[in-house]
Amino acid sequence: MQPTSHSFKQNAHQALGNANLQKALNLMRAGFPAKRAAVIAKLPEFEELREQGKAIKNHVLENLDFYLEAFERNVVARGGQVHWCRTPQEARDTVLAICRRLGAKTVTKGKSMIAEEIALNDHLAQNGITPVETDLGEYIIQIRNEYPSHIIAPAIHLVKEQIAQSFRETHTNLDPKRLLEEAPTLVAEARGILRQKFLSADVGITGANFCIAETGSTIIVTNEGNGDLTQTLTKAHIALASLEKIVPTLEDASTLLRLLARSATGQEFSTYTTVSTGPRRPEDTDGPGEFHVVFLDNGRSAMLGTEFQDMLRCIRCGACMNHCPVYATVGGHAYGWVYPGPMGAVLTPTLVGVDEAGHLPNASTFCGKCESVCPMKIPLPKMMRHWREREFERQLSPATYRYGLKFWAFFATRPQLYRLVAGFGARLLGLMGRSRGRFRSLPLAGGWTQGRDMPAPEGRSFHSLWAERRRAGKAA
Amino acid sequence: MPDAPVRVGLFVTCLVDLFRPAVGFAAVKLLGQAGCTVEVPATQTCCGQPAYNSGDKADTKAIARQVIDAFEAFDYVVVPSGSCGGMIKEHYTELFADEPAMFQRAQHLAKRTYELISFLTDVRGMERVHAHYEGIATYHDACSGLRELGVKQQPRKLLAGVQGLTLKELPGAEVCCGFGGTFCIKYPEISERMAADKAADIARTGADTLLAGDMGCLLNMAGKLTRLGKQIRVRHVAEILADMSGETPPIGVSASAERR
Repeated sequence: MQPTSHSFKQNAHQALGNANLQKALNLMRAGFPAKRAAVIAKLPEFEELREQGKAIKNHVLENLDFYLEAFERNVVARGGQVHWCRTPQEARDTVLAICRRLGAKTVTKGKSMIAEEIALNDHLAQNGITPVETDLGEYIIQIRNEYPSHIIAPAIHLVKEQIAQSFRETHTNLDPKRLLEEAPTLVAEARGILRQKFLSADVGITGANFCIAETGSTIIVTNEGNGDLTQTLTKAHIALASLEKIVPTLEDASTLLRLLARSATGQEFSTYTTVSTGPRRPEDTDGPGEFHVVFLDNGRSAMLGTEFQDMLRCIRCGACMNHCPVYATVGGHAYGWVYPGPMGAVLTPTLVGVDEAGHLPNASTFCGKCESVCPMKIPLPKMMRHWREREFERQLSPATYRYGLKFWAFFATRPQLYRLVAGFGARLLGLMGRSRGRFRSLPLAGGWTQGRDMPAPEGRSFHSLWAERRRAGKAA
Repeated sequence: MPDAPVRVGLFVTCLVDLFRPAVGFAAVKLLGQAGCTVEVPATQTCCGQPAYNSGDKADTKAIARQVIDAFEAFDYVVVPSGSCGGMIKEHYTELFADEPAMFQRAQHLAKRTYELISFLTDVRGMERVHAHYEGIATYHDACSGLRELGVKQQPRKLLAGVQGLTLKELPGAEVCCGFGGTFCIKYPEISERMAADKAADIARTGADTLLAGDMGCLLNMAGKLTRLGKQIRVRHVAEILADMSGETPPIGVSASAERR
């Protein structure tokens, strides 16, 4: 997809005026954080788990080549195949080649953010292969021709009335008078439709939450069981993963799984945790005919050894966006590409370029909530600041803003001059605002005063008063 | 024999200097009560956070050097703001990671720098204040103070001792108000909506007073509350604790309106 991150401000403006979106965001705000807090309150060792999880991922990132090679050896030993792709194009073509070789007409898909990142659905469709999303949220946005607004809850920007409407428009062979007001009826309808698709699909594509080096297995977690059907009923199972999904052992994956569901949905564990190891063996009753793991780099290996390396610890739980006050105000689509919220603000500039996504690391109040809930303790605000430094160095931030900053810094580094100007400013503004105590509009602060007053200064600067009191000998 | 007085350098912060000197004087009074002598170095301006969060490292470092020079000689540096306090305490060392001599000085300063209320309680062991304030107050936890410096219970503990004041907790007290320093300049529309959500939460508590420990957030929330016509008095928590609320009208209210 074409990113629209450069239009973040306009996207946000539209989002603020979108009543359905605001209603959906209010529900989210009330939901995820409370659920996470409740489940973590029941696990006293959660902080310790975070440290363990962080250590596992740091160790992997220090030894990534070793574990990737071990993973490949073990996949091959069990009859599978690993594909290394540097770019989205290579990954798309790799998937397409497998589908073509097997004569696939329909592929079912479990939820995969890598598939979104490489825009796989469009590529398959353009080449005559029908992709069917089987995760309920992904299915909804697929029939609506949208992209995910959240990495674990792709349709969270919608209210159920909108979903009912889309179902009526798409499932035209069903009784138009049927009731679709309640969520369970929507789920049942989608389930009925998808069941037929599972049975007729040729290839199943899923993501991978973890790739286990010691066994060559991939792991996915779902709450709908759709992933299992996607991967066991087909001629081939293709798991899409990015390089940093690797973990050394199943034991390590267990540690991370304990962090993942709690951080993501506030569940102790996801309903389904599926481990996939190789294709169907002769003695197996079911399973895919072939097993492929497609690894995507897309700039991630270049993050190693840089100030952005810690971002590769991310396990895609979505806690940062669930708790982000900016995300909760504008929703995920405002961010303009597949990864929204704080983790997107760090990752998107890496993947699509800071020229395109320069707004995202700036659109944070640095309130620090994201870092405080991140199970992997990724210093998200710090990394957003690193992007701001790069933007400043390259003069990508708006010229008026940069000049304003330089103007201010000129005074801030000259205390005596600053004192004079601040004292004068306090007096002037204090005098102007004396009658009301605040301003309804103020030159150069139109953005602020559009919807807020600007409180007026008291009228004298602290330093001038302090100096005066010192002179009068009244100081403390 | 009484302990030698503790020498505190007050880092006023640019917003207190410009908008609300009353907070600076409240800090001076409280520090005096806590057995400190207070000095206000004249070479201070700002902590450098606007430049730091805009990616302008060179200017940030110039300002940080200035602050380190000005405050090196004190036993403690006290800041009536978690945001500026956090900048000095948590971020100056990051700036000088490649300059060992400056890094040491930054680290030395960081160790002695405190947000005002946490300094009074955690360092000086203040248990009670002698203050009176008639009202039902609610308290917003400003983000940097809360998450960078762990300021949470300290203001509540001291507010509990203010005669006449009832504290009513604010649901979502830890959610950002939308100020965000440079954020409110770069994304005013989003910032305004966040302030509106915060104002709604504040209004729902039924409190007649809103307190917090950071001028930026206070200006933002006060500005939204007055625009909405809410009769909620907004003040820095230090003004109440220092029993100085009678000396200055609430933030965003004129002296004449206060008398009416």
